[in-house]
Amino acid sequence: MTDSSLEVIPAQTEQPLPDAPDNWKRFFSFSTDHKVIGIQYIVTSFFFFLVGGIFAMIIRGELITPEADLLDRPVYNAMFTMHGTVMLFLWTFPVLVGLSNYLVPLMIGARDMAFPRLNAAAFWMVPVFGVILMASFLVPGGPSQSGWWAYPPVSLQNPTGNLITGQVLWILAVAISGVSSIMGAINFVTTIVRMRAPGMTWFRMPVFVWTVLSAQIIQLFGLPALTAGAVMLLLDITVGTSFFDPAKGGDPVLFQHFFWFYSHPAVYVIILPVFGIFSEIFPVYARKPLFGYKVVAISSLVITGLSGLVWVHHMFASGTPGWMRMLFMFSTMLISVPTGIKVFAWVATIWGGKLRLDTPMLFGLGGMVMFVFAGITGIMLASVPIDIHVNNTYFVVGHFHYVIYGAVVMGVYAAFYHWFPKMTGRMYSEGLGKLHFVLTLIGTNLNFFPMHPLGLQGMPRRVASYDPEFAFWNVLASLGAFLLGMSTLPFILNMIGSWVQGKPAPGNPWRAIGLEWLVSSPPPVENFEEIPVVVAEPYGYGKQEPLIATDVHSLEASS
Amino acid sequence: MNRKTLLTLGGVTIVLALISLWMGQQAYTWFPPQAAAEAQLVDDLFSFLVTLGTFIFLGVVGALTYAVLFQRVGRYDFSDGPPIEGNITLEVVWTAIPIVLVIWIAGYSYQIYDQMSILGPMEHVHMGMATAEAAPLSSADQSVERIEVRSRQWAWEFYYPEQQVTSTELHLPNNRRVKLVLQSADVLHGFFVPAFRVKQDIIPGRVIDFEFTPIREGTYRLRDSQYSGTYFAAMQADVVVESPAAYHQWLTAAAAQTPTAAANPAFEEYNRTTKAAINPGWKTVIPAPPPIVNYSAQDSSAKDKPV
Repeated sequence: MTDSSLEVIPAQTEQPLPDAPDNWKRFFSFSTDHKVIGIQYIVTSFFFFLVGGIFAMIIRGELITPEADLLDRPVYNAMFTMHGTVMLFLWTFPVLVGLSNYLVPLMIGARDMAFPRLNAAAFWMVPVFGVILMASFLVPGGPSQSGWWAYPPVSLQNPTGNLITGQVLWILAVAISGVSSIMGAINFVTTIVRMRAPGMTWFRMPVFVWTVLSAQIIQLFGLPALTAGAVMLLLDITVGTSFFDPAKGGDPVLFQHFFWFYSHPAVYVIILPVFGIFSEIFPVYARKPLFGYKVVAISSLVITGLSGLVWVHHMFASGTPGWMRMLFMFSTMLISVPTGIKVFAWVATIWGGKLRLDTPMLFGLGGMVMFVFAGITGIMLASVPIDIHVNNTYFVVGHFHYVIYGAVVMGVYAAFYHWFPKMTGRMYSEGLGKLHFVLTLIGTNLNFFPMHPLGLQGMPRRVASYDPEFAFWNVLASLGAFLLGMSTLPFILNMIGSWVQGKPAPGNPWRAIGLEWLVSSPPPVENFEEIPVVVAEPYGYGKQEPLIATDVHSLEASS
Repeated sequence: MNRKTLLTLGGVTIVLALISLWMGQQAYTWFPPQAAAEAQLVDDLFSFLVTLGTFIFLGVVGALTYAVLFQRVGRYDFSDGPPIEGNITLEVVWTAIPIVLVIWIAGYSYQIYDQMSILGPMEHVHMGMATAEAAPLSSADQSVERIEVRSRQWAWEFYYPEQQVTSTELHLPNNRRVKLVLQSADVLHGFFVPAFRVKQDIIPGRVIDFEFTPIREGTYRLRDSQYSGTYFAAMQADVVVESPAAYHQWLTAAAAQTPTAAANPAFEEYNRTTKAAINPGWKTVIPAPPPIVNYSAQDSSAKDKPV
């Protein structure tokens, strides 16, 4: 009797949890499979990307005319606050955590993340704080209207007099997001340090893994500062402490230090994995090894180190003494050295290669060019005399969006297309992908380039109305924003359509080198039947060398 | 490298350099007029960075464009490129050049900043302790009084202590070093006149000294540059730079006027929207009542367009 029931069970225990479903329902469960969690992150954050995008289009709708006519000013202020908050905490952070979640264990030859349950718990906090943030539309007084920086004293002002306000919910959401990110960071750092396959030394790790490690280290040292600042702000609002309230002897500039000590490095948390994506994609579609691999890998850690020393450049026009301005100007400009090394290495990788312009390569190239543009305006912003003029103008908004849309979103799209066959086991439509690229490229530049002349002419950011002289460039920017909104349609159509009825994908459709391409598409649960033994550096294009040992004996023989 | 490659590289470099220099000159036209001595310095620095940036951008994009146009592979060509993994010389060069550039840019920026400090806009009283006062241009400038700039949600008010004149329009004498005292009654504000290229956050609870030198007569726009809440965008004022004679004439005339309530867009808009029969909007901070001043700014739309 008991024997017969035992025979049935082994056939079903492919899943890490005995009861986990293996169909589409697993994406709605507390699955501990890093691949399921990765896709959960990606899909959830893409939903919020659309939400944040609608906020952006409402903002640009208001700004298409000089007067404040489309929205009440409080609604406009809530829109730009929520746009920034959603795009950062509910789109860029989680989508990159999702990609890292999916790719890192596969790339280093691990069966899962180090702490699978912690991983699932970290993900499920995302919808929770997403709902909390959206719920702030329903409380009296509406959502936070103090911008995503939440600078006091504006963020301390509470015209409704209620205890639960949009600002309080905003702090709660940001705090939960921080906890989720710290949980993720612990998991990533442990996984990368401890769980690499045999033979995968530091300098055999793909650059994407290097950049994820560099980014997650920033989360570990930076987030406590933001969390401390947020808790003090919460106490100031709710129980009337006076950390930041100048009327009671507090110092509002102190909050700016807490905030930027994390929130500037946070930009590197976002951009570093995108550098990793570029470093993965260019060798595949140029059929050449990554130029200067070791230097590119190390420069990620150099960026991590420097990122902790630059935050005051956000405060050049604030209460900042001259010596501090000069010091942080220099440290900020130094960031351009490791980033410059990466850019030159990518150009050298592509140069003289055998280029194939598939959609991931197009997005990679577009993203890299826009990053170079953003880097040049970044050096201008680092220079104190210029920053004094353009600080808090649209020039900064333009620079930031070239980084965050031009480079990060383009890079994320490149990753989506490149690893879509791996994740779903289906090929995407190349035609729709190229249409998506063209719309995105035009939309990004049309939307964000006009912000630079506007800023130089002196249009402040966060204004709901402006002088008529600024109208021309604002109309262009708004048209670009609507085009960017439309550009997501072919992408969504492509992703859903191809996942449902795309051509089945082989294990390695791009002839790419990497452990993730050695397993089937989609990879089986626990990824590898047998943990591979790595014998080569990651980008052996043109070298005809094996990446992994075909059997253990050959490794022993060679060493 | 053979001779042909060197010649091509040299030719490309010269063409890129010429385009970059031209771009650098164009950069001056992207700004509002240079209405302060500081503006000339900032624009020079910006032009230099545009020249440098254009060269780097065109270099990178040019190489990529060439590769995309001429190094594509045939549809059925599945061969790999040359397995070049790096080049130590090249990598040293492209690490060293950015380091040199960074030191150059930072040094030049410091120099410009230093000159601006001599003109005096950047030092302010920090944490209640006065920093060293910048050296004045000449003794004649010392006659210019310190004008108080009072900011609150959402109005600018200017106070001339010697004549005890209050105004909602900032009048400044041309070619004189102007000393302002920045104050905020409630939240962070930012003093920003794009035509002067100067900006300083105003921090409640602190008194911030701020100095610069207007050099061009005209009417310019002062904008709040640090987000200050609901009617942030409406917090603007005109700055009138005029000859010292006209300035003193204006002060005398203003002193003779009895104070009246000035026009205030934020306060008016608040009353208009909240007194509607149905007001479904979110509750906001109530704007401060309009300032009572000797001289109240005219409707700016009726005058020459300020820049």
